Amino acid sequence: MFKPTFARRLVLALSLSAAAFAAQAEPEQYFPLQSYRVGPYAAGGTGFFGGFIDYLQYVNANGGVNGVKLTWSECETEYVVEKGVECYERLKKGLNGAPAAATNPLSVGIAYATLDRSTADKLPLITINHGRTDSTDGSVFPYAFPLQLNPYSEVSAIVNYIGKQAGGLDKLKGQKIVTLYHGSPYGKETIPVLDLLAKKYGFTVEHVEVPHPGNEQQSQWLSIRRDKPDWVILRGWGVMNPVALKTAQKVGFPANRIIGNIWSNSEDDAAPAGAAAKGFISITTHPSGTQFPVLQGIKKTVVDAGKGNLADPKRFGSVYYNLGVVNGILNVEAVRIAQEKFGKKPLTGEQVRWGFENLKLDDARLKALGAVGLVQPLKLSCADHEGGGAVRFQQWDGQKWSVISDWVQADRALLRPIIEESARKYAKEKGITPRDCAKEG
Amino acid sequence: MLYNEAGQFSTSYAGERRLFRLRQDRYALALLLAFAFVAVPLVGNDYWFSAILIPFLVLSLAGLGLNLLTGYAGQLSLGSAAFMAVGAFAAYNFGLRLPGLPLLASLFLGGVTAALVAVVFGLPSLRIKGFYLIVSTLAAQFFVSWALTKFGWFSNDNASGVISAPPLTIFGADFSTPVGRYLLTLGVVAALFWLGKNLVRSELGRNWMAVRDMDTAASVIGIPLLKTKLLAFALSGFFLGIAGSLWAFTYLGTVEPHGFDLNRSFQVLFIIILGGLGSILGNFLGAAFMVLFPLLLSNLAGLLPVGLVDPAQLENLQKFIFGALIIVFLIQEPEGLARLWQRCRERARLWPLRY
Repeated sequence: MFKPTFARRLVLALSLSAAAFAAQAEPEQYFPLQSYRVGPYAAGGTGFFGGFIDYLQYVNANGGVNGVKLTWSECETEYVVEKGVECYERLKKGLNGAPAAATNPLSVGIAYATLDRSTADKLPLITINHGRTDSTDGSVFPYAFPLQLNPYSEVSAIVNYIGKQAGGLDKLKGQKIVTLYHGSPYGKETIPVLDLLAKKYGFTVEHVEVPHPGNEQQSQWLSIRRDKPDWVILRGWGVMNPVALKTAQKVGFPANRIIGNIWSNSEDDAAPAGAAAKGFISITTHPSGTQFPVLQGIKKTVVDAGKGNLADPKRFGSVYYNLGVVNGILNVEAVRIAQEKFGKKPLTGEQVRWGFENLKLDDARLKALGAVGLVQPLKLSCADHEGGGAVRFQQWDGQKWSVISDWVQADRALLRPIIEESARKYAKEKGITPRDCAKEG
Repeated sequence: MLYNEAGQFSTSYAGERRLFRLRQDRYALALLLAFAFVAVPLVGNDYWFSAILIPFLVLSLAGLGLNLLTGYAGQLSLGSAAFMAVGAFAAYNFGLRLPGLPLLASLFLGGVTAALVAVVFGLPSLRIKGFYLIVSTLAAQFFVSWALTKFGWFSNDNASGVISAPPLTIFGADFSTPVGRYLLTLGVVAALFWLGKNLVRSELGRNWMAVRDMDTAASVIGIPLLKTKLLAFALSGFFLGIAGSLWAFTYLGTVEPHGFDLNRSFQVLFIIILGGLGSILGNFLGAAFMVLFPLLLSNLAGLLPVGLVDPAQLENLQKFIFGALIIVFLIQEPEGLARLWQRCRERARLWPLRY
């Protein structure tokens, strides 16, 4: 009588596990994470994706987005383009039936390589604070979103700040600015717009390249010392930043004359340079710190429960971590807004794209999210995939960043025609017919 | 038994000279091609095409390009990625500046441009040899990437210095889907491998091998060194150039000069060292090893339960394993995977009756 019992047990076990599967298959929305935790840019990757994942956990702990739980999986890119493409292809299908909402590679090179694929696969490509500038024009790039701040706005805001320090933009005439940029698509992105601003305001600008990854900059800084510029704009990334600060000190260039851009603005950029970083100024779209209610919420429900994603808990509330949280907020809000139109269920990338395009964060919503002061008010549209364009300036005091300016707005009206022209050129090269934004709902 | 060559005689000179003299080899090749051109597009998915098969094919082709130069003609080179970059940017510019130029023609012209650049950097090979030649080809590596970055004209004044693929249409047929890109790559790679296989059996190929084995002796028996060496550089550059354009157009869809950095050159060099110097098949084996193994490891790692191992450590662990595998393979078979395959064939000839 062994056999029937065994068969019965088997059937029972199978039906039980089937029931367990059915219970598991509640609606989920999937986030494919092309993360990087090793290689020269690991500090950025672990912080950003740590914040992103912790925010997703926090949303889940509070019941998900209208009952839809969030799920995610990671694929290591090492910031290398081919690996990023491979990860994109691996993850784009979703996970166990949960559809992918959007990709967030946090790498300009990978974003460039997956731009066409994202459009073909109808999956939004989010490049928060970076990306291809002309993808701000959503009529040509329906699926790319350089949220908050594109590279041109970033430079324009820095120049506006320098102008303010000089006592007005007309005082910029005759000043000398050097940009020290990372030798990558990301680093080069702003060369033409700086040249344009230099012509408009009458300052001279010198572009100096630092080859990837940037751990040797002696010759670049010697030539900067020879030129004696009024300001150095540091367009660095990863290990290049502390090396730049240390080398600047070695050649005797004052740190408070160096302005770090949006990827030279974290604790991991300034702290390794030690005393050389004291006085270093940088821009930021979001302050570091843990005082915001949303971060307190994450601390209570995720970090203190031992589920935090950071290996080093001291980095909680750092610039990269908070950027990950901001990115999480924007992604989840896009899903939430799209759910209002398409129903409270897991959405396809195409539907989430609508959510991004209609993303609107006003003060009331930010207060509800507990993110006032962390995220800037934002409104996107078909024509404008950026939405914000304002930065604040912060200064490193040797231990931490302190904010030293109010919001400085980029001159977006000036930049818009350049962006549109560049987008038109791209559309012509690729044979794309731009959408008519007047017809988009 | 299956691999028995008894009873297969050549009755004509053409039969004697054919590429694959064994019937079994010809059938196997036909089956393989049918599989690659017909079965794979039917069963494959986007991930296989875009993330595995296309880079595998392109790197095989790049391996072939370097193998002609290093494996057959014996000229060491670290400039492979530079010639790939020249090919990619030249093909892009030909397509952009000559409207109406067919895609395949711009690929071909890109290859020719890369060949010319390779000849220029091959000139020192007449006076310097071995490791010293590496230094001269290393110059190509740095010069090309500098020139492509410095002069915006090459990338059509793109702010980031990035080029993007032109529309992939041939005779009105659209090849921009993953399957289409795979078939386009496969077609070009198959054609060039056919060319490469014939090249190394030609008079030129035999001259290359003579030069590789001892160039003084080769010159004494009347082989023109200048012509032979420069042709090796030119043809290698041609193959690498086309591989570069395929990398940019059908694989990534976009590329920047730094996408072809020294690491890419090393990657191609490792492919031919692992696959087998002076072997055509070895390029495929080496590329498969370099492309597939890291992916296999990374996919296996993805199956582990989340939180078991720290993601960053898991990533480094994969590198350890991959590095260890390379060492194991090279100890086991210093002449590369192609030699391993050859040994298998020799055994198969005797199997199952050892006499």
